[in-house]
Amino acid sequence: MIDAFEKKIGETLADPALQLKIYTNTATLVDKRKTAVSEEAFPEYQELRTKANALKRHAIEHLDLYLEQFEANVIAHGGKVIWCRDATEVSDFVLNLAKERQAKLIVKSKSMTTEEIDLNERLEHHGLEPVETDLGEYIIQLRHERPYHIVAPALHLTRHDVADVFTEKLGIPHDTVIENQTMTARGLLREKFLAADIGISGANFLVADSGAVVLVENEGNARLTTTAPKIHIAVAGIEKIIPRAQDLGVFLKLLGRSATGQPLTVYTSFLSGPKRTGEIDGPEEFYLVLLDNGRTKLIADEAKRQSLYCIRCGACLNICPVYRKIGGHSFPWAYSGPIGAIISPQFLGIDHTPKLPFASSLCGACADVCPVKIDIPQVLLDLRAEVSKSPLEHRAFRIFAWMMTHPAIYRLSAKIGLKLFFLAKLAPPAKAWLSQRDLPNPPEKSFTDLWKLRAKKS
Amino acid sequence: MAKGRISLFVTCVVDQLFPNVGIAMADVLERAGYELDVPENQTCCGQPAFNSGYREEARMVAEHFRKVFADAEYVIVPSGSCASMISHHFHDLQVKVAPKVYEFSTFLTEVAKIEDFGAKFDGVVTYHDSCHALRDLRIKEGPRRLLSKVRGLELREMDAAEECCGFGGTFSVKFAGISGGMARTKIESIKRTGADTIVSIDSSCLMQLQGAISREGLNMKTMHLAEVLASK
Repeated sequence: MIDAFEKKIGETLADPALQLKIYTNTATLVDKRKTAVSEEAFPEYQELRTKANALKRHAIEHLDLYLEQFEANVIAHGGKVIWCRDATEVSDFVLNLAKERQAKLIVKSKSMTTEEIDLNERLEHHGLEPVETDLGEYIIQLRHERPYHIVAPALHLTRHDVADVFTEKLGIPHDTVIENQTMTARGLLREKFLAADIGISGANFLVADSGAVVLVENEGNARLTTTAPKIHIAVAGIEKIIPRAQDLGVFLKLLGRSATGQPLTVYTSFLSGPKRTGEIDGPEEFYLVLLDNGRTKLIADEAKRQSLYCIRCGACLNICPVYRKIGGHSFPWAYSGPIGAIISPQFLGIDHTPKLPFASSLCGACADVCPVKIDIPQVLLDLRAEVSKSPLEHRAFRIFAWMMTHPAIYRLSAKIGLKLFFLAKLAPPAKAWLSQRDLPNPPEKSFTDLWKLRAKKS
Repeated sequence: MAKGRISLFVTCVVDQLFPNVGIAMADVLERAGYELDVPENQTCCGQPAFNSGYREEARMVAEHFRKVFADAEYVIVPSGSCASMISHHFHDLQVKVAPKVYEFSTFLTEVAKIEDFGAKFDGVVTYHDSCHALRDLRIKEGPRRLLSKVRGLELREMDAAEECCGFGGTFSVKFAGISGGMARTKIESIKRTGADTIVSIDSSCLMQLQGAISREGLNMKTMHLAEVLASK
């Protein structure tokens, strides 16, 4: 049976223009990363990956301790920490605060965590106006779409597509010059920044020992989001914690290079609470929303908890030959690519996305580029073992195991079975194979047969 | 002069679909001076079940492998993928094997320490890095060095040498469209080299690529490294 996942895959594969856009745009990111982490450009790369992995492991294994330390520091800086179990608790908090402060317009900087909980839709549903201010996010918000990619939300669009959506939604003349498009968005968004009541951001890192929220970006919109409005709300998954400010260097060096090939993003902001007496910039109120949304469930699983080490660089998406064929919107959740394939089943429940862990050739390219060394193929294998199987397939593998532990039966049934497989071209697996490529000619004799003949001769 | 006795695990794919690869591997290893043992009861490493999530079924097959090769000192495998299943994933199944298990080309370069087998092959060859060989076993230069010693052979690198061919076991039929697309992308890269022969150390990758080549009617062929090294 074809489900929504397979339907979307089919549509994406059948769209040559989209295929070309995904392939070329990911190729650019792959090349930039490759140059940035090369031995000449970044000799400490492998050492830093190992360090980053160890730091994340330590942080996740002591999350309770560091979260409390972080909260105490945020409070000391004059901020408030809101602990939220799920999407509803986050939107309820924002809605109540907006009601109390009579706020309506909300500017947002790029945040996968808010995408994960569909925050925009929830706020819009209650009459608020959230506006995405990252250019890519702004474009896909106009198109009412999910991000196509963790780092490059409009990866699937060309400047011609952007001109189309600007003309349709903003009523401006069709203009395919990227600089002009950027200036259009900038002009419109400046007004929103100045008028906004609340700014909502995500967080790249939460530093336990300083209470700082660290944000990295290239457009400057996150700075405006977090400083122009009177209220700043940062929404962060609990796994974003790192123990010490002195460890930040490890992650900042890896993140920019892995994501876009930049040694450092254009802006790196350290935000510690609201504006203090005598300061010119900054919000009057600062709230840090700590979101669980299934993360604590993952921590309980020793083998798979490494999935929480992710720093959302998107390198695994760019290198993934499957992502490069099926794109971001085939995936069932906001997170796409290899990292999406391992976290979606764990957050949403494995039987919610039973086919997802199987949509991989297990090539391992993702693990090779992961800056925090998440063993994605191993987690996929573990998830495959946990998915409820179809009784028919299970029976087939029981027969397989029985045959492979009974050599004589294996040889006999291989002789008959292979012939049948090659003859029965309409049987589902043969048909699926033949839909794409030819089958080899089955040999007259197996290796075992040939080897016996050879032994007789000598 | 025999250097010692080594055991061959030819894998189910080679046994049933590419028997000549097994014969070629045996020829090369005999030429290297080894006495060969081919246990009759060998079957499969269990990877199809393991990768499909059937741990118990995979464990049964792994356990069978362990028993069949219990007395071997070295087991040589003409596949990076099956070798990696044994050396990396039997651990996940709590199966521990006694012999040292080597992928074929690695055994030649690291244990036998012979790279020139007097082979002769006229053709332009490009080498496909199979994923488990490259990323689990870190095999990259060995097969290329072996190919560079073959007379008449010209080796040309493709830009996507490290990209997956799209086979992926049951993935190739469960997600046939993606798998086929991946094979075609790979073949585009191969075409750009002008090579007439694609060589790899994994027959299953070659089956995938050969299937796509044949479907497109291209004038290329695929060969296992052992077959090239056995060519005279």
